[in-house]
Order: sequence, then C-alpha cells, then structure tokens
Amino acid sequence: MLLSHYLGLLENSEKQLTDAFEHVSRKHKDEPDIEQICQKLSAWSREHHGKIMSFVEKYSEEQSNEPANLKRDLFTQKRSGSLALLRDLHDVWLLTQEVQLCWIVIRQAALGLRDEELKACYAFCSARTKRQGDWLLGRIKQAAPQTLLVAEE
Amino acid sequence: MKETRDSIADIWGSRTGYEGQWPVRVDERVEEEPDHWVQSACVLCSNGCGCDIGVKDGRIVGVRGRAVDSVNHGRLGPKGLHGWVANNSPDRLTKPLIRRNGKLEEATWDEAMSLIVSKSKELIDKHTASSIGFYTSGQLFLEEYYALGVVGKAGLGTPHMDGNTRLCTATAAAALKVSFGSDGQPGSYSDLDTTEAILHVGHNIASQQTVLWMRVLDRLAGPNPPKLVVIDPRATYTVEKATVHLAPRVGTNIPVMNGLLHLIIEAGQINQEYIDAHTLGFEELKQIVAKWTPDRVERLTGVPADKLREAAHILGTCNSLVSTALQGVYQSMQATASAVQVNNLHLLRGLIGRPGSGIYQMNGQPTAQSTRECGADGDLPGFRNWGNEEHIQQLADLWNVHPDQIPHWSPPTHAMQLWRYCEQGSIKMLWISGTNPLVSLPDLARARKILAKEDLFVIVQDAFPTETTALADVVLPAAIWGEKTGCFTNVGRTVHISHKAVDPPGEARSDFDIFVDYSQRMDFRDKDGNPLLTSTWQTTEDAFNAWRECTRGRPCDYTGMSYAKLTGGSGIQWPCNEQYPDGKPHLYEDGVFSTDIDYCETYGHDLETGAPRSKDDYKLLDPKGKAFLKGVDYEPPHEEPDESYPLWLTTGRLVYHFHTRTKTGRSKALYDAAPDSYVQLATEDAARYGIAEGDMVEVTSRRGKVLEPARIGDIEPGLVFIPFHYGYWDKPDRPRAANELTLTEWDPVSKQPHFKYAAVRIRKV
Repeated sequence: MLLSHYLGLLENSEKQLTDAFEHVSRKHKDEPDIEQICQKLSAWSREHHGKIMSFVEKYSEEQSNEPANLKRDLFTQKRSGSLALLRDLHDVWLLTQEVQLCWIVIRQAALGLRDEELKACYAFCSARTKRQGDWLLGRIKQAAPQTLLVAEE
Repeated sequence: MKETRDSIADIWGSRTGYEGQWPVRVDERVEEEPDHWVQSACVLCSNGCGCDIGVKDGRIVGVRGRAVDSVNHGRLGPKGLHGWVANNSPDRLTKPLIRRNGKLEEATWDEAMSLIVSKSKELIDKHTASSIGFYTSGQLFLEEYYALGVVGKAGLGTPHMDGNTRLCTATAAAALKVSFGSDGQPGSYSDLDTTEAILHVGHNIASQQTVLWMRVLDRLAGPNPPKLVVIDPRATYTVEKATVHLAPRVGTNIPVMNGLLHLIIEAGQINQEYIDAHTLGFEELKQIVAKWTPDRVERLTGVPADKLREAAHILGTCNSLVSTALQGVYQSMQATASAVQVNNLHLLRGLIGRPGSGIYQMNGQPTAQSTRECGADGDLPGFRNWGNEEHIQQLADLWNVHPDQIPHWSPPTHAMQLWRYCEQGSIKMLWISGTNPLVSLPDLARARKILAKEDLFVIVQDAFPTETTALADVVLPAAIWGEKTGCFTNVGRTVHISHKAVDPPGEARSDFDIFVDYSQRMDFRDKDGNPLLTSTWQTTEDAFNAWRECTRGRPCDYTGMSYAKLTGGSGIQWPCNEQYPDGKPHLYEDGVFSTDIDYCETYGHDLETGAPRSKDDYKLLDPKGKAFLKGVDYEPPHEEPDESYPLWLTTGRLVYHFHTRTKTGRSKALYDAAPDSYVQLATEDAARYGIAEGDMVEVTSRRGKVLEPARIGDIEPGLVFIPFHYGYWDKPDRPRAANELTLTEWDPVSKQPHFKYAAVRIRKV
C-alpha cells in the first residue's frame, strides 16, 4: 500500500505551508493585514500537520523518501519592492494547491479504505485549505493592478 | 440672545414621559433675532436632526429644531445648538494656498486648479489614474459624493476612493451586507416609541446621539418603559439607566454575544418558523454559540454568569426589540462578526421588519450613509456589486462610458490600504476633502511621515486650518454646512435637504463646485465625446436628479424624491418611489432580504479571513432572498497587555465634541465645556501608580506617547480611556492625540481600524 507515500507528501507540504505563511507574515509585516492573517493561516496549517501525523503513523509501514520539496523553488530569490509581495503570495498560493491536491488524492484512498477518521480529517482540513487559497487569491487580485501598473521597482 | 434651554449644563433637557407619539419640543438658540429661517439638518452626529438656520444680515445667528421632523420632533443637542458658531470663526480658510519654496502661500483659484490639473495629467500619463487617490469624509453632501464618485470612477477611473467613514461606519455597512445582502438599516427611529426592550452594544448613545437618547429617556419616563441592556466596559451616562449592564473585558464582544445567543436558543425563545422560512445557516450558528456557556463567558470576559442570564432573559422574552451598535463593536476585535451577532439576534427571534423592532448599525458621522450610497467611499453607487458585471454595465450606461473604465477588478481600495500605497509611493497624489487624518488615523507618527513624503502631492480641501492642511501642497478653502445646498441620509435612512443660508467667507467654494470645476478642467468625456455628467452640472439639483436615476430599482431608491418634496416638511426615508411616495419606515417586512444573486450588493466574505466570496460560491448558496445567519468563534486581540505595557487603552468620544474638533473646538461654549483631553483611570490603578485627580500622566504604547491629566473612576481596573478628539491646532505644546498610541491594523471584513485596544503603560510626571 502506497498511501503512506502520499501522506508523507501531504505532511511535508503542510509543514512547508506553515513555514511559508510564517515567512510571509514576518517579511511583509509593514502590511498589517498580511502579518495578522498569515499568522492565523500558519496556525491553521500547523494544526492540520498535527492531525495528519497520526495517520502517517497509522499507515507508516513504508516511509516515502520523496517529499517533493516544492519550497526549494519558492521564496528563493531575494525579492524586494511591491512585486515581492505579489510574488510571495503567488508562491504560497501554489503551496496551498499542492496541499489541496494531496488531500484529493488521499480522500480517494480514504473512501476505498472506509477510514471514517481520515475522511473527517479531510473534510476539516481541506475546507480550511480552500479558505487559505481564497484569501490568498483575493489579496493577490487586490495587489496585482497596483503592482503591475503603477508601482516601481 | 435667546436660548430655550442650557444644553451645556443639562445635556438632554427636561423629560416628557410618553406613550405613542413622541411629543414635540422645539429647542432654539439664537444670538440675535433672525430676519429669516432656512431649512437644514444638523451634521454634528449621525442622528441628522431637522433644524432651521437663523440668518440676519447674511450671517448665521442661531438654530432651532424643526417641530415637523420625524427624526427629532424639534429637539437639538448641545453640538447642534452651539456648533454653528464655527461658521463665523475668524480663522476660516478664505483663499487657496499653494506650497512654494516650502511655504504655503496665497494663490488664485485658477492657479490652484491649474496646478492640480497639470499634476493629474502628468501622473495619468506616466503611471495611470491608479496613482491618484481620494480620501474624503462624512461631512460632504450626497450631491458632492456622487459628483466625486462620477469624477473618480467614470472620469479618472481610479479604484482608490475611500474616506474617514472607513474609520467609523465601515463595519455597520459590512454587517448589514453580511446578514441581509445589502447596506441600509432595516428599522426606523420611531421604533423607539413602542419597543419593549433596547440593547446598546459598545454604544454610549447618551453622549453620541443625544437627541435619540432623549427619546429613550422620555420612554423611560413614560407609562410603559422599555428594558435596557447595555454592553460597555465603561460606566457611562447610558449605563446609569440600564436595567442590566454587562461590562466585558476589551476585545471580548464575540464571547458575550455568543453567550447571549446560546442562552436564547437553549431556552427555546427563538422563532423557528421565521428561521426556517427566512434564513440560512442556523445549524452552524447554533453549533458555534453552543460552546459559550455562561460560566465560560464569565471566565473569559469577566461578565458574571447571572448577569448574562438576566440580559438573555430580557432579550429572549421581549415582543419587540431595538438594538444599536457602535464603535465599541466596530473598532474592536472581530468587529464585523460581533456586529453580525446583533443582526442574528433579531433574525433568530423574528424581530425585524415591523414597528418596534429595529436594528441600528449606527454611524459616527451624519452623512456616512450617503457616502456609502453614492460611491465616494469603498462602495459602488446605488449599492451595486463590484463582482456583478450587470451592475457595472448599469453604471456604464448611466454615465455612457466603457464598463472597464469603472474600476471593478477587485474590491475598491479601502482607506488603510490607500495610505499604505501612499507610503510605498505608488499613490502619488492624494486629495483629502473635509477631514483631518492627522488626528483621526491610528498610529499618527506613521501617518505624519506619509503625508510629509516628498513624492506625494497632497491636496487638502477644508474650511479651517488643521494639522493636515499644514502638510498640504495645495489647500482649497471649502464652504460648509449652511453655505451650500445639498442632501444627506442619516442612520434611519431619512434624507434631509440642507439649503444654503449664507454665502461662504472670502473665496471659499462648495466641494460640489470644486469637483465639477475639476471635471471640466480635466475635460472628462463620455464614450461619444460629450462632456461627462459632472462637466454639465450647473447646480446641486442637477446632480440630485442624476442621482435619482442611479438609484432606480436599487434598495436605496430615491426616485420619488425631489428638492421640492424634501423642502418644507420632514425628512423622508428611502426607498421613496411610486410604490412608497412618502418613504418606507421598515425594510424586509415580508422577510425577503436583498440577497438574491442578481440584486445583492456583495457575494459576501469569509468572516474570519475576509476573503471575498466568488459569484460561483454564491450560486451554490443560492439564498433567494433569505438572510444569512453567520457566526465565528473567539479570537484574542493581536496586542495584549504584558509586563512592559500592562494596561489596556481604549478611546472614544465626548458629548461636546465632534470628530477632531475642527468645528466644535471653534464654538466657545463647546470648547469651554470640554477644553482638554484626559486619561481616565480606575481608582485601583490610580492608587497603584500614585496618581491623583488632575495629575499629569504619561501614557506610552509601542508606537508613541501622550501626556494627559488624570481623571479617576467609572472605568474597569486595568483599562484606561482617552477621548480621541484632541490634536494640536489649538495646543501644540504637548503630545495629546490619543491616536499617537493606537495601532495600524483592521478588521478583515470591514477593513475598519482597531482603535479600541492597545497595550500601554502609564507613569505620573
């Protein structure tokens, strides 16, 4: 059974998302809404990560060594100016999509296994992941025109 | 000199207990006998009392209440009776000023406007119109907001238009939209005449809306007095009359409201039939509030469980209920979510849409409702939905411009974001009208730095020199109330006309004339090459008539109103159209709300994160006229007292002053009644710090410090209070503006700043 493979991927992605929200919160603390909300959303991901760990243990007969480290490609450039905020939010949004997709895959397995706990965990976490993505997308849409048309480097 | 009552010493005047119709009492104060009277309404609190302006030899000499007016039945408060004196103040701005070599120097109108126009054109050319922002106030008239809305949205096409109404009423609008699908107060002030119970949350009505409070006091003196529940951490005049007073810790409105709803649901005092027929979301709300047992509420908020039960009993058993909320809710943690709980209370009990049951999501300023209606604030004209292409097309048709000219690609920029863009340098021209952000914004040190930036061109349009005009590049002298004609809407949806009584001093011009002049000089045109609306308007009546068309078919329907109809009698409530020629006292009488997907003003937000909901998400909900019941769990404030800053600071208003005292500070009687700021401390805290009444106290937060004389008592231990009105124009010698201490952060949904809490320390100096 390769479920643990994907649980590992999810666990790793939630951890990266926790760190990413935390990173953006600190880096853009001059944007008060970014600082506050990103801290809150980071806490959500931390809580999700905790919940997932129990399933990682439950299905741990095979530990995967392929936690695709998406973060390696994100947040690496030293960005500054208005564009930095937009690009950083963009990257966090990509991470939320990674988490969401992991959940969709895992839910399929949970249905097959009839694992009610895992299904409940999916329902809880996946709904909140969508809300994380919705917030990021809303903020990205707000920042985009001003950043692309008016702001200077 | 004639004065029917001394409103300074006796704020509310004598009592007339009543049942049924509130009796008339005409309050009047004139310095000389007027040669004629001119119809108007007061602009010094959100009540909007009908009044007449007394004129003698072309000069304002006094005011009197209008007996026929449905809002005040002739009464006026201390600000109304005394505030007009400011019009005659010798330090009015009378000529445009332009900054030359670092100094503001007198200029002609032509020079000032030419400079603004050439700067605008240069910026649009290089950076698009998104480099221009407008920051307006609740002191303008409806026609002026609409003119500004057309100039900004159809002329320039900038999304950056908001104002200080964001600081005081954004949460009122947000809460109404969240619950009912559109802005607009469901009830009427006349509900107070018959209601069985009144709930004031974070609203010191006795000081903030003195005339409305007179109505409550007169009910309390009558044969069937209503029961009063007041939620406020301070012991105010309002609290003195409360049947039950709940004094929660700062930032805990949500647990208290959740606790009340929980008790009412548990006791089966809800109207299940109404809930089933007219609302969505009951089960989720029930689940959220169920966690808030009275004991848990007591532990977190300090409100004794028995008191909470007592309050819930009143709110759960009354047959009619009026609820009001104001800054104690709007400027605090979880603002929109807390305000929405007030709406939920009425929906759960089915107490909405009929006489005696009203919700007043109060405003701070008299014309804030018109700002929101007209689109000079962070909304689109006529409560249109920025996410609805059809609504944008309606505006495009009205103005005969391409729909993409109207910025609707994301929510309109809110005030705090607007200031942030100025700070970052992407807004390069900021046009401020009728307000004084350098006293009213949070975290003043940051605001001052922004306005002083070299690369920000600042225009300030005001009647008086203020802390803000001092940093402007161009100052435009503006006419004010009494010197221009226009309409405005109060909290009860009542529209008043205020006729021009006297000429403005010197070369001062109305805000309307200034915006129309700008539109003409910018040569804004529609898509057929004809001058844009604003370029053809001769009078404010032209703008009013255009505005009527803009409201056709929308909740705030003005099509049945005209200048003629508004003149002579009482103010009129919207909607006023063929169906309701005299206006409509209650919205949602049939339990059908403004939530239909094609009609609603918003597709809603995530109450916790503020993320806007998409049209597709909304389709899944498909409310079809049902109201939303929404709830959230408690979240602690983002700054809490600690070892370094062990006390809570909260801010608020005084009965004798308005906003930043630009006007009320220039009326001798009001000035003398409250000449200086202060810091209010609990007796326990004063003893701990060795502070006596009147001692000078240094109050410090992470952002700044102020020096204030101490006033001791009537406040919970651990909390200090400073009134926010006071700045520096009349006393530059010591730091005293409360907003030196407050923080730059805001509610995720309404974007209203959190003025009501900050961690501070104090010491005697």
